[in-house]
Amino acid sequence: MPNPQDLLFRTLADPTRRTLFERLCRDGEQTVGALTAQAGISQPAVSKHLAVLKQAGLVLGRHQGRETHYSALPGGLAPLADWTSRMTAFWQGRFDHLEDLLKRMDQ
Amino acid sequence: MNETPAATRSVVVEREMPHPPEKLWRALTQPHLIEEWLMKGDFKPVVGHRFDFRADWGAVDCRILAVEPNRTLSYTWSAYGLESVVTWTLTPTRTGTRLRMEQSGFRPDQQQAYHGAQAGWQRFIAALEQVLARAE
Repeated sequence: MPNPQDLLFRTLADPTRRTLFERLCRDGEQTVGALTAQAGISQPAVSKHLAVLKQAGLVLGRHQGRETHYSALPGGLAPLADWTSRMTAFWQGRFDHLEDLLKRMDQ
Repeated sequence: MNETPAATRSVVVEREMPHPPEKLWRALTQPHLIEEWLMKGDFKPVVGHRFDFRADWGAVDCRILAVEPNRTLSYTWSAYGLESVVTWTLTPTRTGTRLRMEQSGFRPDQQQAYHGAQAGWQRFIAALEQVLARAE
């Protein structure tokens, strides 16, 4: 049952990703190189984390020359605070379970 | 509740199910079946009956508001200090039943209470809000 909350929770459950996201919120746009210099992990690892953040709609990557500049998209957190989207996801999951149960009741 | 509809929020989930309304009704009203797809609770389809739905993340207090066999079922749903109403509507179709769930009665200002009650995430979100406030 993929939903925006699950994706956000999974993305932000990782402390390194949270730190990267917080840094981009705090300090504004940064290159992968600049982020790596402070992250204490390798550049490929930073890039991998940034790709996950990007997929979750939390950061934006902008290519300039050979470098990618990342910036935060704080609006990407909205599903965490938005009650209606949380409850919609909850009920959609329950509907899935109900459908499974109805199939079993046939047997 | 006296709020105008514009002041409240609701969530609607609707789905066509290839099963007759009578069968869905059993799944919606028999505790051993409810437990398999929703939550565990001492449910009885009797207006005024109070019960709890329990899950590993907490409990929901409920009270039955309306029962119309094979057609509608409505109960209050109180969790995290927020009260809402869950209404199920079953409409027969050529191939089965259209099942509609509407959860309504939330005011936008209640969202903060719900949000704040999310143990574990509360501190994280507060910290993040501070970071975001500083970024502006």
